[in-house]
Amino acid sequence: MSTELYIAQQIINAVSLGSLYALVAIGLSMIFGILRMTNFAHGDMMMVGAFGTLVLQFMNLGFGWAVLGGIGIGALAGVVVERVAYRPVRGAPEVTLLLTSLAVTYILENLGILIFTSSAQNFPLPEWMDSAFQLFDGQITFTQINLMTVALTAVALGALGWFVTRTDIGLGMRAAAEDMGAANLVGLDVNRLIVVAFAIASGFAGLAGILWAAQAGVVEPHMGFTPLLKAFVAAIIGGFGSIAGALIGGYLLGALEVFIVAFLPSEISPYRDAIVFILLIGFLLFRPNGLLKRSQEVKL
Amino acid sequence: MAKPERARDEAAVAGREPSAAALLEVSDLRVNYGAVAAIRGVNLSVAAGEVVALLGANGAGKSTMLRTISGLSRPRTGRIALEGEAIHRLPPARIVRLGIAHCPEGRRVFGSLTVAENLRLGAAARADRSGMAEDRERIYAMFPILSERMTQAAGTLSGGEQQMLALGRALMARPRVLLLDEPSLGLAPLLVQQIFRTLAELKAGGVTMLLVEQNINLALDLADRAYVLRTGEVSLAGSAAELKADYEAVAAAYLGARP
Repeated sequence: MSTELYIAQQIINAVSLGSLYALVAIGLSMIFGILRMTNFAHGDMMMVGAFGTLVLQFMNLGFGWAVLGGIGIGALAGVVVERVAYRPVRGAPEVTLLLTSLAVTYILENLGILIFTSSAQNFPLPEWMDSAFQLFDGQITFTQINLMTVALTAVALGALGWFVTRTDIGLGMRAAAEDMGAANLVGLDVNRLIVVAFAIASGFAGLAGILWAAQAGVVEPHMGFTPLLKAFVAAIIGGFGSIAGALIGGYLLGALEVFIVAFLPSEISPYRDAIVFILLIGFLLFRPNGLLKRSQEVKL
Repeated sequence: MAKPERARDEAAVAGREPSAAALLEVSDLRVNYGAVAAIRGVNLSVAAGEVVALLGANGAGKSTMLRTISGLSRPRTGRIALEGEAIHRLPPARIVRLGIAHCPEGRRVFGSLTVAENLRLGAAARADRSGMAEDRERIYAMFPILSERMTQAAGTLSGGEQQMLALGRALMARPRVLLLDEPSLGLAPLLVQQIFRTLAELKAGGVTMLLVEQNINLALDLADRAYVLRTGEVSLAGSAAELKADYEAVAAAYLGARP
């Protein structure tokens, strides 16, 4: 097997994994940016989106519609959680927000167990999605799911990029993330911005959950936990609160994880997650504002 | 030591005087910051077309007054009215929509957004969206440097340019009352002159302003009337000409000389 093709294969894997991390990290970062709150329940929106798609498929909806519906259910769940759980404690000390989001996590995951049991459910895929492409006599392989992950992420990111640079609400979201007080002063309706942010963030998480389940072939109530931790790392690397930072952090982390396994001696592979979290600690210690954010300087 | 008594008399007079035609009227306002009383029973009013300065030492309650008018702080008691309608229970976005724009202390432009995007958000709460393009052109004409930097991130502007942008952003709301908090703060003298020249042009154009400013002379040159706040109370009030003529009384009102 040629080295170039091996590297190309690893890059494909890295982009595919990075897309998932980016999708989850962007939402986490977006909500932190506006509310200064780490939303631990964010990972559970993956579970909600994936189960939503599963149920819609059982109701004999076509796969495409079921995916769209799953994203919508994820978005709706995020909006409901914000309205019911987070808005009443808005402005409370950070610890309160943190504990509230942990409580939401417990409630959602146990609700998932109650409805779907704690064992993994099979996540059915249409036949055409189960195929793989092989190039160069099978030296490069990617599945339909890889392809869909990258394509759907690109579409989602493109739409988000348009939204936050071309619409009043999107610009307002960025403004509020930077300076909530000033956003109030220019008359932005902050409640509406927060609802939209939760809808987008949770919809993205829902999509990530669906893609995650498609790759794993199963869906289960705790599926959001590990991706949430990884997304957290990605968001910190990029600069917590920055959308572009979360995007870059997501792809960097995906690449790092794939390359650790692919290019380092196999004795190191089991320590992949340990290396990732050491990286997190390093960033928190030496560059807590992440790659993109510089510490605020005062200009006269 | 008759001065402080005189000051109190004038305050009483000023409190009564222009209420009939007031565009913005603050009556018996009390605001707490935690356990601390930041504003302790203030009356003030601003008539349409008038520029009123709010003077006073650090911590006298000037910024709190503007923040409370904008709805960022809530009064404990008292009333704030715009054209007779109470606004002190409304959320900030509604207050902007009703026509009160606030150009905050420290400028607070959105640094990661471009100059053009900052101006666009200034108009976000505007009910009447027609004429937005003309307003933007007017602001670019007022501050040509902003039109040169239109696509640049606001965070990369100099302090003076950021102040121009903050002012432009507030004007994009087409306010009926413009609240200005320390527009000269931290700026080089030449830039301060430029900002105040622009404010004078705005005044000539009929823009109503409530101005908080540390630089007493600049403020009194621009304003029609002024109030001096000390520890949350009006310690002196009068026309700008009167106050300029009696600098000692202003200094006493600042420092709180007691009989």
